[in-house]
Parts: sequence; C-alpha cells; structure tokens
Amino acid sequence: MNDLTSLTLTEVIESLKDKKFSLNELNKSYLERIRKLNPKLNAYLAVNDSCQKIPAAIKDVISTKDIITTASSKILANFVPPYDASVIKMLDTQGVGVIGKTNCDEFAMGSSGENSAYGPTKNPWNLNKVPGGSSSGSAAAVAADLCVFALGSDTGGSIRQPASLCGVVGLKPTYGRVSRYGLIAVTSSFDTIGPIIKSVDDAALVLEWISGEDKMDGNCYGKKFVRTPLRWTHNIRIGVPREYFGEGLDPKVKKVIQDAIKKLEELGAEIKEVSLPHSEYALAAYYIINTSEISSNLARFDGIRYGKSRDNFGEEVKRRIMLGTYALSSGYYDEYYVKAAKVRTLIKQDFEKAFEKCDVIVGPVSPTVAWNIGEKINDPLTMYLSDIYTISANLAGIPALSIPCGFVDRLPVGLQVLGKAWDEETILKVGFAYEQVTDWRKDKPKL
Amino acid sequence: MNYEPVIGMEVHVELNTKSKMFCRCSADYFGKEPNTHVCPVCLGLPGALPVPNKKALEYCMMIGLALGCKISEKSLFERKNYFYPDLPKGYQISQYRWPLCVDGWIEIAGRKIRINRAHQEEDTGKLNHRGNETMIDFNRSGVPLVEIVTEPDFRGVEEVRDYAKKLQQLFRYLGVSNADMEKGDMRLEANVSVRPELVEGLPNYRVELKNINSFRFMVAAIEYEIKRQISELEAGKKLTQETRGWNEQKKETYLQRSKEEAHDYRYFPEPDIPEISLQSSAIRLQQQMPELPWDKLARFQKQYGLTKQQAEILTESRELADFYEETVRDGADIKQAANYIINRKINIEEVLPAQVVISIKGTSMGIISDEESLKKLAKEAIAENPKAVEDFQKGKESVLQALIGTVMRKSSGKADASKVAEILLKYLRNV
Repeated sequence: MNDLTSLTLTEVIESLKDKKFSLNELNKSYLERIRKLNPKLNAYLAVNDSCQKIPAAIKDVISTKDIITTASSKILANFVPPYDASVIKMLDTQGVGVIGKTNCDEFAMGSSGENSAYGPTKNPWNLNKVPGGSSSGSAAAVAADLCVFALGSDTGGSIRQPASLCGVVGLKPTYGRVSRYGLIAVTSSFDTIGPIIKSVDDAALVLEWISGEDKMDGNCYGKKFVRTPLRWTHNIRIGVPREYFGEGLDPKVKKVIQDAIKKLEELGAEIKEVSLPHSEYALAAYYIINTSEISSNLARFDGIRYGKSRDNFGEEVKRRIMLGTYALSSGYYDEYYVKAAKVRTLIKQDFEKAFEKCDVIVGPVSPTVAWNIGEKINDPLTMYLSDIYTISANLAGIPALSIPCGFVDRLPVGLQVLGKAWDEETILKVGFAYEQVTDWRKDKPKL
Repeated sequence: MNYEPVIGMEVHVELNTKSKMFCRCSADYFGKEPNTHVCPVCLGLPGALPVPNKKALEYCMMIGLALGCKISEKSLFERKNYFYPDLPKGYQISQYRWPLCVDGWIEIAGRKIRINRAHQEEDTGKLNHRGNETMIDFNRSGVPLVEIVTEPDFRGVEEVRDYAKKLQQLFRYLGVSNADMEKGDMRLEANVSVRPELVEGLPNYRVELKNINSFRFMVAAIEYEIKRQISELEAGKKLTQETRGWNEQKKETYLQRSKEEAHDYRYFPEPDIPEISLQSSAIRLQQQMPELPWDKLARFQKQYGLTKQQAEILTESRELADFYEETVRDGADIKQAANYIINRKINIEEVLPAQVVISIKGTSMGIISDEESLKKLAKEAIAENPKAVEDFQKGKESVLQALIGTVMRKSSGKADASKVAEILLKYLRNV
C-alpha cells in the first residue's frame, strides 16, 4: 500500500479494524518514509525503530520514558527521562506509541524552528522556508506524512503557527484541559499540549484521548473532552475582530482569510465585526510573563545535574532568561510583572465581551506565509511580531484551532478559529464544516 | 548609656506528614539511605509539577490557629528564586505576599509577642561533604516546612528561650511535628539589634543569625551578638545589615554575608499551583483543635488547685497531662497524685495510671486482689466496652488502659492494677 502514510488517524483506525494492513506494516511504511525524507527535513531528532503501536510524533519538550528528550537544547544533550508525561501514558492506553521525538525551537522558544540546537527543520512545501515554530518538527512531520499525528505544545502559538505555515490542522486546547505533567515548562501559565493532525476530526479524537483531570497537575481540573459527531450549527455567530486585519497583515494572506470567512457565511454563519481593544498590548504583556517564568523554570538547569553547564543554552534562551530575571527584580516587579498580569486580565475580559456577541472568533493565524530560513533570525522583535494573532489565546487561556484555508505563492495559509474557554466543540464544528466544503487539506507537498 | 536588645525570631518547623509537600514520596527521611525517597517532582526533573499536600496545609493552619492567627482569605504559593546545589528546581516554593496565616500572638513572660505570619513552604535537599567531594541527598527535598515569623518584640534572651520551648511544646501538642532540634525538625533564626533604652522605634539595621542548628548555640550567639553590638555602638561605629553565623570553638559570631551581597529572590506567584481557599477547613479545624498547652496549664491550676510550677510540669507534654488526669479519674487524690508523679518522676511509658493510684492509696485501703472479684469486674468492663475489644484486636493496645480505668472506677480505686491488667489481657486475647 503506497498511500498508507497519507491516511488520517481516523482512517488508520478504520483500516486497522478492517485489517487492510497491520500495525507492523504501518510502522514499517512510516520508518521507511522517515529514513528517506528526514535527512531533507530535519523534523525528527530521535526515531524509535521499535514502535509497534499507532505511530505518533512527539515534540521533544515532552518527557518520554527511556527515550532521549532534549528540548532541542545542548544542555539536555544526553537526557533520558525516567518517566512518561501524562499525555504519553494516556496515548499508550489508546494504542498509540512514540515513533520519534520532533525537532523544535530550543525549549520551545521561537517562531521558526531555527532556534533548535540541532539545526532548523525545513518546510515540506519549500525547503528554503521555515516551517514555523516552535513545534516545527511536529508540524513538518504531519505535513510530510512522517507520522499519523503529532503532539506539539503551544505557549504563544507554537502549535497553530507551524500548523498554519505547513498546511495542517493544529489545536491549542483550553488551558487546564490537558495535563502538563511531563511537559518541560516554558511559561507554566500559558503552556498547553495539543495535537497537530491531518483533519479536524482527528483533532477531536486526540483531544478526547489526552484531556481530563490529572492528579499530577493542579491546574488540570477540566473535564475530559467527549468527541461527538461534528455537526454544523446553522446561524452560528462568527466574530471577526477588526484588530486582526490591520497593519502588518500581508494583503495576500488577508485576501485568503477573507475568502474563507465568505465561505463560512455561505454555509449559513452570521458574520459580525467584534473588537478586542487591548490586542495592541498583548505582545508586551506576553513577553514579560513569558520571560519571567522562563527565567525561573530554566533555573533547574544549573550545571550540577544533567551533565552540561549553562553556557550550553542558545542565544534566544539566554536572551529570555536575562529579560525575565530583570523583569522580576526587586524594584521592577511591580512595573513589569504586575502590570503585565493586569493586561492579561483585560485581554481575558476583551474575549468575554466579544463572546457575548458571537460563538467563535476567526482571523489569521500568522500575518505572513512561511519566510526564508535566516530571514528574521537576527531580528528578535520582527520574529516576536509573527505571533501577534496567536498569543492572545494563551493570555486568555482559551482554545484555538488552525485549519488550512488556501495558499499564497504555493505556501499554505491557516485560518484561526478561537472559542470560549472549555468550548473546543464549537471551534471544531466550524473547522469541520469548513474542511468538508474545501479541498485544501488534500493538497500535499511534493517531496 | 544603657541599651536594650530588639529581637525577632524566625522558626522553621518540619511537619510530620506521611508524604512530602508536593509529591507522594514519604516525608520520613531521617536516617534513610540517600536518594531513596525521591521522584521526578522532588528531584525537580524537567516537566514535573507540584501538587500541594492538603494535610500539610491543615497542619500549618492548626499552628496558625493556635497562635491566634487569621487564616488568609486568599493564599497563594510563590517561587523564591535562588541558586544552591541542594535546591533542585532553582527555586523554593514558599509564600511571601499571601501567607496562609497572619497576625497572631503568643504570650511570653506575661507579654504579647506578635506573630507576623506562619506560612507553608518546602525543605531543600541536604549536602554531605566527604573530603573534597560533596554529595547531595534529596530525601529531604520537598518535606513540608512551616515558617513562623514574629515581630521584633523580644527584649531578652530569656524570652527567646521561652518562646522556642513554648513552640516546641505546641507542635508536639498539636501532633504536627516531632520538633526534635537534634534531627533538624525545628530550626531557629534570630534578627538581633540593640537600641538605647527609652528610645522608641526600630534600629535602622539588623543582624541575622543563621544556620545555627542547636538551641544552645543560638542562645549563646544572641548573647554574644548583643554584647558585640553594644560595644561597637559605644565605640562610635555604625552597624549595618548583615548575616552572621556562630563559631562554637571561638565562641563568637562571624560575618557570612553583608547587605550588598543580599539575595534578590525575585518572588512571583507560583503558576503551577492554583489559588487556595481554606476558609471552610479553617472553621472545621478550629472546632477540632485540641486543648492548647497554655490553656491546659491554666485549667490544671484552676480545676485541680495545683501550683503554677506543678501544673507546668504536669502539662509539659500532652501524654503526661493525660496520665495525671487518668489517675485522678481513677480515684487518686488530686494533690497526692500530682506530688507523686512529680516527685518520683514517673515514667509514663512503663507505669499505668492505675498503679499510681494504688501506690498512693497504699495497702491500708484494702486492695482487692482476689481473682474471682477481679475477673467479675473485668468481665463487666469488657461487656460495657464492646468496641474496645474490637479495637484491641485491630492492634490498638491503648484500649487496655481504658479498660483498666473502668475496673478501677468500679472498685473505687481498690483493685490490684497489675492483676487487673493480666486478667484483662487474657480475656482480650482469648475473646
């Protein structure tokens, strides 16, 4: 079977039931494809040849027992965790195994995958382009059919943005829906594990598998997501925030997003303009909280354990540790951290207000399509601005989906669908309906 | 010029909960093989997360309630960031801006010492130096600690001594800690400064005495420090904020860290642990609080007409106080029993209250030692306490004492207690 690796997760499960192929054949096909394509893409840092379950690719910031977990950093170059993250255990009970650990920006800090200590991942649609980040390898692996599905982590857009730039589906669940136990912490307040998948239906299935209360994570008190048939609701109210279509958005990307919104209108949705007035402060607030927590979370890599000293951290990691240490220092804490926390509350309230008028909010995921490798790497601020539409969902803790909605210059564009806290169901329904009436996801990169 | 010391105390007490503060590892680490009571959480492995131990929070609240503290409406954990090899996460989970218990007081030598706070935190690992090597043992890492901070209300070493003794007694009464100084269950830090007598307000410096792990040394260090500071001031020198340790050989304090080297701990709310609201458990705990040592002391004087000194000795531990009251219930004379227990330094581990009663009453009272009468009384006692039998068979041997007490009451204190014990044991084991 040639196209075995292009199947979605739900299709794979059906086929296995119907005995169209075995798990062994499935893993063999994937391993073969990985062997062929990974040297070009650099999506995987480690491959598990002995996987005998449904093969999933796991971002290298998620702890896997007995499988090297480096967070794409030199400082953890030889670290083999003695324990599995809760999500890995949950997937295991569903018959899912780890086929490999995927490349990412070092400690999930970055928007292009270029901050990996082990070389950048390439975009399967154009090997000169970045795949987005920080879940670069997970998105590239799904786009290039190097796994059935992948797990990524999203702190400021790290699932949605690479999914968008690689033309696959990415879901950032509500904060607290999925256990973070075993996820190497970047910004504990924002970090969310979620799936990168080949279809919206797959997103619902993986979310059902990995969600639910976990006694190992005090913030994970949410109920298990229960997958139901994703039926379109007529007269669903879709909000379009005017702040997401202003300066900085590439006009060609804007056109693609507007066409997608038209499509949703044709399906019977009621389109409403909404406002998220504090959006302009989101980036500043985000980077204060993000770097503050990073400076503390990465303190454990102190050179005493794990075998490597702190000069093994990369540039971006060092930059954020220093920024965060400064922001938390006595005399600055109130000016920075406390203020940022207040902005965070305002952004939460922006969404609550907007959601009084609509059921979901749609807009772009990224202001541009994938850019050239090396293009923004020396300009951190421009790089940070590429997350401008995704970070608000993390500040507010709400769920958000990225689905393929077209191309600009043969590079994928993603549509972002944001929902109310704990209401993944509605954003998945919108995404599913859109997916059913479009063919974007059937487009595959030529490799 | 005369000077008076101004002293504030910080006391750390390790709780005796079964598991650690943020994971399920056993907190009973003393004398155990290094690094055997550890898991990803207390080792601070990448990705591991803390989940607070409810029992520890209750113990912290009990301490706070006993010290007349308010239980905060909102309690939050925070991260105290600093580097030390025994601190695997690079930060300690503690409380700073929102402690669990605030604004209490304790009476010391007739004066109120204000308690600023009692907050919950976690212990660190332990460094063991062997020659040129340093080994880290993480068994202690994450063991629950409560820190109790007073206002600078102490005016002398005697008060500090009283305070430490009283806290130790309290912890044992509450059953929240073994409070064994030698094992490091209870650790003291003092903030010491001096000011000219009759001057109001706090001095503009304070010297922290830290890392002094014996109570005796702490007292010596404070005494030394008061003298040192006075002579410095008399010599016209200015004193500054600093941390000092104690050199036992030289019997003097020495500089460990000056103000310039002080840490900036960069406290911020611990994002891994949600806000805690414990108002309802505080109300429940308040109702379940055992009688506090100082209340028992007052009651013993009032109810039994004991002298303060007698009452102090008898209420030193909860067990001894219970023992005394048991003898009284078994028919001993209040004064005689107190004198007997105090003067003979009765070891309550080895002697039963009933035996004390008999010894006091002496043979003149006509001890009942004939087997048949005792058996009858024993049977009655067992029949009246069917639950005691069940409990005994489950291994709760303390019920024996309760049954002996019943027999003693029935015989107006005349039964031969040791024979009663034998008979009861026979019955209990054969039932």
